[in-house]
Amino acid sequence: MRRQLLPALIMVLVFTVVTGGIYPLVVTGVSQVLFHDKANGSLVERDGQVVGSRLIGQPFTEPGYFHPRPSSAGDGYDGSQSLGSNLGPTNDKLLHGQQDDPSTPDVDESFEGIEQRVAAYRAENGLPAGTPVPVDAVTGSASGLDPHISVANARLQAPRVAAARGLPVERVQRLIDEHTDGRDLGFLGEPGVNVLELNLALDRL
Amino acid sequence: MSSASWLQFAVLIGLLLVTAPLLGRYMAKVYGDDGKVPGDRVFLPVERLIYRLCRVSPHTEQRWTVYAFAVLGFSLFSFLLLYAMQRMQQWLPLNPTDMPAVTDHIAFNAAVSFMTNTNWQSYSGELTMSHLTQMTGLTVQNFVSASVGMCVMAALIRGLARRRASTLGNFWVDLTRTVVRIMLPLSFLVAIVLVSQGVIQNFNGHTAVTTVEGATQLIPGGPAASQIAIKQLGTNGGGFFNMNSAHPFENSSPFNNLVENWAILIIPSALAFTFGRMVGDKRQGRAVFAIMAIIWAVMSLAAMGLEGNGNPQLDDIGATQAVTAEQSGGNMEGKEVRFGSAASGLWAASTTGTSNGSVNSMHDSFTPLGGMIPMLHMKLGEVSPGGTGVGLNGMLIMIILSVFIAGLMVGRTPEYLGKKIEAPEMKLVVLYILAMPLVVLGFTAASVLMDSAVASQNNPGAHGFSEILYAFTSGGNNNGSAFAGITASTWWYDTTIGLAMLIGRFFLIIPVLAIAGSLARKQPAPATVGTFPTHTPLFASLVLGVVAIVAGLTFFPALALGPIVEYLSL
Amino acid sequence: MTSMSVQQPRRIGGGLLDPKQLWRSTPDALRKLNPATLWRNPVMFIVEVGAAFTTVLAIVDPTVFGWLITVWLWLTVVFANLAEAVAEGRGKAQAETLRRAKQGTVARRLHGWTEGADPAAYGEESVPATELRQGDIVVVEAGETIPGDGDIVEGIASVDESAITGESAPVIRESGGDRSAVTGGTRVLSDRIVVRITRRPGESFIDRMIALVEGANRQKTPNEIALNILLAALTIIFLLAVVTLQPMAMYAKAYQAAAPDTAALNQDGVTGIVLVALLVCLIPTTIGALLSAIGIAGMDRLVQRNVLATSGRAVEAAGDVNTLLLDKTGTITLGNRQATEFLPIAGIPAAELADAAQLSSLADDTPEGRSIVVLAKNLYQLRAREEGVMPQASFVPFSAQTRMSGVDIAENGTTRRIRKGAASAVLRWVRDNGGRAADDVGSTVDGISSTGGTPLVVAEQLEGQPARALGVIHLKDVVKRGMRQRFDEMRRMGIRTVMITGDNPLTAKAIADEAGVDDFLAEAEPEHKLALIRREQEGGRLVAMTGDGTNDAPALAQADVGVAMNTGTTAAKEAGNMVDLDSDPTKLIQIVEIGKQLLITRGALTTFSIANDIAKYFAIIPAMFGDVYPRLDRLNVMRLESPTSAILSAVIFNALVIIALIPLALRGVRYRPGGAASLLTRNLWIYGLGGIIAPFIGIKILDLVVRFIPGISG
Repeated sequence: MRRQLLPALIMVLVFTVVTGGIYPLVVTGVSQVLFHDKANGSLVERDGQVVGSRLIGQPFTEPGYFHPRPSSAGDGYDGSQSLGSNLGPTNDKLLHGQQDDPSTPDVDESFEGIEQRVAAYRAENGLPAGTPVPVDAVTGSASGLDPHISVANARLQAPRVAAARGLPVERVQRLIDEHTDGRDLGFLGEPGVNVLELNLALDRL
Repeated sequence: MSSASWLQFAVLIGLLLVTAPLLGRYMAKVYGDDGKVPGDRVFLPVERLIYRLCRVSPHTEQRWTVYAFAVLGFSLFSFLLLYAMQRMQQWLPLNPTDMPAVTDHIAFNAAVSFMTNTNWQSYSGELTMSHLTQMTGLTVQNFVSASVGMCVMAALIRGLARRRASTLGNFWVDLTRTVVRIMLPLSFLVAIVLVSQGVIQNFNGHTAVTTVEGATQLIPGGPAASQIAIKQLGTNGGGFFNMNSAHPFENSSPFNNLVENWAILIIPSALAFTFGRMVGDKRQGRAVFAIMAIIWAVMSLAAMGLEGNGNPQLDDIGATQAVTAEQSGGNMEGKEVRFGSAASGLWAASTTGTSNGSVNSMHDSFTPLGGMIPMLHMKLGEVSPGGTGVGLNGMLIMIILSVFIAGLMVGRTPEYLGKKIEAPEMKLVVLYILAMPLVVLGFTAASVLMDSAVASQNNPGAHGFSEILYAFTSGGNNNGSAFAGITASTWWYDTTIGLAMLIGRFFLIIPVLAIAGSLARKQPAPATVGTFPTHTPLFASLVLGVVAIVAGLTFFPALALGPIVEYLSL
Repeated sequence: MTSMSVQQPRRIGGGLLDPKQLWRSTPDALRKLNPATLWRNPVMFIVEVGAAFTTVLAIVDPTVFGWLITVWLWLTVVFANLAEAVAEGRGKAQAETLRRAKQGTVARRLHGWTEGADPAAYGEESVPATELRQGDIVVVEAGETIPGDGDIVEGIASVDESAITGESAPVIRESGGDRSAVTGGTRVLSDRIVVRITRRPGESFIDRMIALVEGANRQKTPNEIALNILLAALTIIFLLAVVTLQPMAMYAKAYQAAAPDTAALNQDGVTGIVLVALLVCLIPTTIGALLSAIGIAGMDRLVQRNVLATSGRAVEAAGDVNTLLLDKTGTITLGNRQATEFLPIAGIPAAELADAAQLSSLADDTPEGRSIVVLAKNLYQLRAREEGVMPQASFVPFSAQTRMSGVDIAENGTTRRIRKGAASAVLRWVRDNGGRAADDVGSTVDGISSTGGTPLVVAEQLEGQPARALGVIHLKDVVKRGMRQRFDEMRRMGIRTVMITGDNPLTAKAIADEAGVDDFLAEAEPEHKLALIRREQEGGRLVAMTGDGTNDAPALAQADVGVAMNTGTTAAKEAGNMVDLDSDPTKLIQIVEIGKQLLITRGALTTFSIANDIAKYFAIIPAMFGDVYPRLDRLNVMRLESPTSAILSAVIFNALVIIALIPLALRGVRYRPGGAASLLTRNLWIYGLGGIIAPFIGIKILDLVVRFIPGISG
């Protein structure tokens, strides 16, 4: 029995070298050669300046840009703190929001519930009361870094964006079509509009 | 469900049906007693070198006790090294973000978690672990803890296949061959595919960028792809980033998602075929795979459908969850647009039917019944198709239990593959069956009594109860997925979930090895018409019934007070 | 003792349950409430502890509901004890009869007896049979009861063994050879025998039988132990589920603080009575209550068929048997060759051959000889002439030298000599007496031999004429009726039958084909038997065999199930693990069925018991939490009246189902020989699906009644 202890120790160390050292280094080497951009985060540049990653959503608040989904990552789209809301489907906080608790001045407990988000979305985009709002526009993603919004969501924002930029709505709608990532291979996943790329395209117009 | 969703489901099954038997055949050769294995020319010299370094004589066979001792010794050193590495990472290189030492209880929990192939994370990867810890600590355990499960499985299969034998193989040989011939080549391939889809693989720290609107955003870096490949293939599930496979840098596209989902399922599925080949009756392997696949399919379709139907309360407050050409619809809280409800539900079932536990959507925010599916799937014992090796082990234990009941009902001393199932085996079987409910129900009950533990909840009432129940279910079954709202990085949860993981791991592995040892010694009885066949639909249904009833009876009260009542009060 | 008629296959039954038996066994059942004995049954022990606990609670806080639950919990334990008591009670009744045979027997013990010694040369004393020791020599004379098991060392006697076998025809027992064993409690009818006692008192067959049927010191069989482990584990799981439910309930209650208190749930959590009720309903009480009754009843069924098993293990092994070794003679065939045909040579009328054959066999008392007489009578209406009616006939007995027998008849002044016997001997006799063997005799003889039969040639010589052969008698082994059908059945059960015979392979094959056995071992000697058994066992098969002779002993010991004939030697009986008092070798088939039935009954009731839990959850869980989470009432699919009536109905159902299943436990689940797959399907439907559905109906019906009890309707 005791004879098994030495191999146990050495084997842990050997595999640490093999799978923890050699393996990731080889993968990194091959990746950096074959897929250099992707291995380094699919970074997007504008005028030679890196402005983000096409895979990581970023906050947009100006009316002339398409807005991403609500995010729980840090203060919103914090790439170093991916996080979802983790609120349960029947939780009042998720559905109807929560006020700040004045007894704890250091912490901000306030939370915008789906009900409030719906109202804000309608107001922002000038939609009449009762207009159904696409669910992705008022729910947080899992990562808090979702780069996409649904096409339906983008369509409802298009008039606002067009108005802010003084563009014809049709032009903006066409741009949405151009920047919609369809289903991979036609059936995998769901179509979505990459917000960063769409907004960059808007700026390029 | 849309036709694209159905197609997605069908294609994944199709992929498995094509690839699993092939990989299964290859692995049967890797674990086989003799004969040449493809790749010997490349792998043999590497293995010989490892044997020499470790002073292992590859031709010495071990009894089950020695085999078990080797497993325990290896696990112990793994734990110690991982714990030490976390506690000392601030002094070690490859720490570009200057992470401090990991807190003691988190380090304990994480070390146990990765050593037991659970990969439960009470910490946030990008905020806690240095690249060195991720790479040489966590990634290594991703490889070896998964491989240990497969070694134990190989030993069990040998126990069933051998006659009047006292030994079950050599753990060191099995471990080396598993890592070198199965895990490393597959991981390398998958990692490169992932990088091609946008999963990062670099040694950068956070890159600060100025966003379009002028804010600063941190873009994380790190050797993610290499870890993610093995995290899925080894059914580990511990993410490189906090949000795991929902994070765009871990799971960038639907195609990428399919590859990872396949990677989660492929090895445990293939092992069913390996089993059939090694016991010399391919029909047995197919039957086991069918049982696994049926449970998985039912759970997948249920989760896909329930999430696709959405949360009725959102409709009431003005959000539309309808499935249209321009939106995927369904309950989108905690889901990524690129995956939608279908790919998220499919993943949720896959990750909990295996001992994977990685998530591409937030189970905590699932609809009540949608969220019950992953929890229930784990409670079934993670046998559909289960963790690498341990899934088949768990399934074989459920089969032995079914055989016992069925054997009685045909008037024979129960036997499986000719080996009689008697009191010593039953003792070991019930040890396993008892251990998991004990930790899951026991720790859950203890937690809801403690105000401090209840305070960790992110949601009130029944849903909060589900969070706690889910946490221990995940730990006790070595899954690692979470109703992630719960703040588990407390002393209490780190310790108890750590214990749950240890019990869940070793109360499966050790009894399984003991059963293997006991079965190996037996002389198999020949099959006659008086022996009921264990490869038929009838027997498969019986196993399904036993799996469902064992879990159902054990956990119905708890589930009734959690997801079921939450659903009923929608 | 050759009661060789083959019983038609009959289903193994166990007799009906007389309701009076329940009543008679009640005192026993109450005695079994003693925790010191009950703890051996962990499931029922838990129920008893629970019942005691609710009793305390009901005394402290008396409610109608509390008391009713308490009473029914106690009844659950009593019912379980009753099942065991009834099973034991039936055995005891049987044992009582046996014991009567044993009581008051006085033994005449001899001192200084040696073989062949004059009775005057040794002394004799009277001692109670219970004081006999192994090796004591006793004498038993006509009208006396044999005081203990032993071997006859001197003398021959007819013995009435009806006390243990129920067979009224006396049997002959004599010293030496394979029929020397006698059983204590049987009675000598004629003559005098000297017996060496081979067993200590308390270990004799009768004692063992009594112990078996009473279930005293019953050892749990391996399979029973394995099942008990499973039941214990289920009990622990449910204990865990129920115990952990309490904190969960308190959590729920604290969250829904406004919910009203109920009989099931208040601020302190679930009430103790309801928790215990839930626990008792969930743990496998049905099988826990009936398990030992099933075991006792199984042994009882065996004893009813006059089979004594030295261990329950052997009975279980019988259910697993893969290979059955059967002696040809006596088991498969009627034991003796019989004449089946007269084959005259050309020119001789068959009736003439038959007549000659009959005449020559009149004095032949062997079964073969008698069968010739009978066949002639049946085929040609030739009345058998009595030996004494033919004073002019002088019979020539068979001798090993001549290998033929015959008769010389003085008729009308001439003498007619008839001979029959082995072909070569008779044909030589024909040639010696001036005759010439007809050509077709040889071919007929060869034809019979090649089919495994035995040819006997008949020849005659009239005085002064040359002898001539008349023809050939075809003797063959006659396979008992119904054997083929039984072997087909065995095959369907997955059991391979192997016939053991001393015959040459040709003969053996012919009989094997006719009887329908799967294989045969020809020209078998005892060591061949042993080798065959070892070979089968090497391949993982379980072997059963019957045997009676001393030379069978090693094989009997080696076989997994060795059934010794009671007529056999003590050595054989010692070596085997069962003794068939009827000495009926086909009994093995029934033993196999009983073994299987025992396991099936256990499996079926376990499945039923576990399947029952589903309905009980649906009755109790909504009842417990319906007021905390009103929506949970949607799980009350049976629409039970109130929480209290739901819980009470579940508890009552749980208790009554035990009583309802006692007859099944005693009788055993019906076993039809057939493949495992069809058996499994059938039992899964009946006991699995039935187990799921039955309690839904039962609990609903009980609820319809119970709701009228004041204080229950809630």
